Amino acid sequence: MNSVAPKLYADDVSLVMVVLDTNPFFWTTSSLPFSKFLSHVLSFLNSIMLLNQFNQVVVIATGYNSCDYIYDSSLATDHGSENGKMPALCSNLLQKLEEFVIRDQQLRKDGSGEGLPSSLVSGSLSMALCYIQKVFRSGPLHPQPRILCLQGSPDGPEQYVAIMNAIFSAQRLMVPIDSCYIGSNNSAFLQQASYITGGVYLKPQQLDGLFQYLSTVFATDLHSRRFLQLPKSVGVDFRASCFCHKKTIDMGYVCSVCLSIFCKHHKKCSTCGSVFGQAQADASGSSRKRKISET
Amino acid sequence: MNNGEERRLNGGAEEDDDDEDEENGGGLEAWERAYADERSWESLQEDESGLLRPIDNTALQHAQYRRRLRTATTTARIQKGLIRYLFIVIDLSRGAAEMDFRPSRMAVVAKQVGAFIREFFDQNPLSQVGLVTIKDGVSHCLTDLGGSPESHVKALMGKLECSGDSSLQNALDLVHGYLNQIPSYGVREVLILYSSLSTCDPGDIMETIQQCKKSKIRCSVIGLTAEIFICKHLCQETGGSYSVALDESHLKELILEHAPPPPAIAEFAIANLIKMGFPQRAAEGSVAICSCHKEAKVGGGYTCPRCKARVCELPTECRICGLTLISSPHLARSYHHLFPIVPFDEVSLSLLNDPHVKLPKACFGCQQSLLNAGNKPNLRVACSNCKQHFCLDCDIYIHESLHNCPGCESARHSKQETPTEG
Repeated sequence: MNSVAPKLYADDVSLVMVVLDTNPFFWTTSSLPFSKFLSHVLSFLNSIMLLNQFNQVVVIATGYNSCDYIYDSSLATDHGSENGKMPALCSNLLQKLEEFVIRDQQLRKDGSGEGLPSSLVSGSLSMALCYIQKVFRSGPLHPQPRILCLQGSPDGPEQYVAIMNAIFSAQRLMVPIDSCYIGSNNSAFLQQASYITGGVYLKPQQLDGLFQYLSTVFATDLHSRRFLQLPKSVGVDFRASCFCHKKTIDMGYVCSVCLSIFCKHHKKCSTCGSVFGQAQADASGSSRKRKISET
Repeated sequence: MNNGEERRLNGGAEEDDDDEDEENGGGLEAWERAYADERSWESLQEDESGLLRPIDNTALQHAQYRRRLRTATTTARIQKGLIRYLFIVIDLSRGAAEMDFRPSRMAVVAKQVGAFIREFFDQNPLSQVGLVTIKDGVSHCLTDLGGSPESHVKALMGKLECSGDSSLQNALDLVHGYLNQIPSYGVREVLILYSSLSTCDPGDIMETIQQCKKSKIRCSVIGLTAEIFICKHLCQETGGSYSVALDESHLKELILEHAPPPPAIAEFAIANLIKMGFPQRAAEGSVAICSCHKEAKVGGGYTCPRCKARVCELPTECRICGLTLISSPHLARSYHHLFPIVPFDEVSLSLLNDPHVKLPKACFGCQQSLLNAGNKPNLRVACSNCKQHFCLDCDIYIHESLHNCPGCESARHSKQETPTEG
């Protein structure tokens, strides 16, 4: 569609993959209504498109039961407004978003109604990475990709392995994952994602000014970031949680075969089934156990 | 015109396109390319209009890739040795100066070992590597077992000169001495890159091989010349693999085969629980003296949870109390070995050509159209769990790098089947 002369693809052309949290369980409890949040985000997306004519925006909705692409600026036919109504970006996106939310809700009815209010970030991150991989495949001239997570729902512990896989793949591709977390507590997953991939993690203090946060921090392209003082991480929680009780621990036992984490000494690994040590190792194990119960 | 979307893997049809040519050559200059693929005319075919074009072998390549993937995943259920102690032995004797690999065997080996070390630590974050060189019939330990890829690569690049004979026995003796000291849960391995055609030993090498076998050291050899009996014997005895590289790309392939963790054989390494600490990163502004460099440093360190000593980098062992210190992402890096995703199934041709079946038009992962020019459905794969369709490129990316199925991850009901922490 866009035939771009090679010279025009400078290093400040960006592809922003926006991962949008649409989890209804979160938005009903949020202090910022979803409609307000959307208007901030839409203005932000428009401003990215205005910064450079070759900038590209792709939006992926992250729901409670599913994820889907809802907007791709490279597929949009016209950017002008149709007979004085909303601009094409907004109307297309909002229409797709509405369809997505309805579909997401229908999926919930036949699924079991568990009260786990996390959204499927691992799925949308995986999709975003596949899309970026396609852009890399398309030849030597491509925009600089980055991922922006606009997240509010709390972390889902069952997604831990999948999210970590996505983070390491992004790190290998040198794609930074930025995250703007709107929920009440910090998200340990997104903090790690941004720290490992070299992105920015931000938890806005005043949600009314969300657009300002987005445009001053997350609109900057990767080239300009080198010259800017962007928010630094306050500290990342790298502690692990044990597989047996899901407790966060700072000291524990690790299975030498599969690297599962346990908070106390076991005789057999519950993940890979290997039996630990012989009689002599057992003795040391029980003494270790005693040590733990003393503390 | 179509800069992004339409460019296919087999290069475009335009013969006179300079960009295309450069891409196919993988960035090589014309005179270098002559060595890379000497029979370039064999990869051409004539099309209907009599024009020459490269053979469309993406489907063929993909079939090969899938076969490899299937054999890899059938063995995936075997427990893997994830904590590895590997010595890389590099032969820097006279033979390494030969120029059949360009510019020399030594330079090619050094380059590939550098790449291998980085890949190795990416896949085995808790493992350690050491470098040993053979020169003038004696072997030297270039770097001790350690976990920092940069220091190994730097040490290797600084010591690239060769002379004298090569001695397999001296190298094995040296490595044997080091590997005997490591804890019992670790997998002991030696990877020898051998450029000579002979070995000049002070004693009986068969005894040394038996010693290695007794100490459960898995020895693998990659030869650069011809097959040598003693190397083959060594690998057979100790359970390693022996291969001979044909050219540089083959050598790279052979070396990288050693990067994924080998299956753990119960008698080789005893399963054990290891006590480990997960230190927290100290606040950016705090000042402390680190125990590794004995210098006062501002911010950015980690504190040992047992003795509260400050260390600069992870993973490491606490200098004060000896606790192994790691961060949870280090562990998470190897979890994809434990929870591999199933290979996708190829969607059968009969299903593709059935007009009554409604097939997805685009790849679930990257949204690339799965229809070819004639609006006919293209070759594709489907996940057996979530039934989503993927393009062949995404299939490779998902299994080689991502290790997540986007379809399974974006559906709540299929989540239960993923083996999370049980």
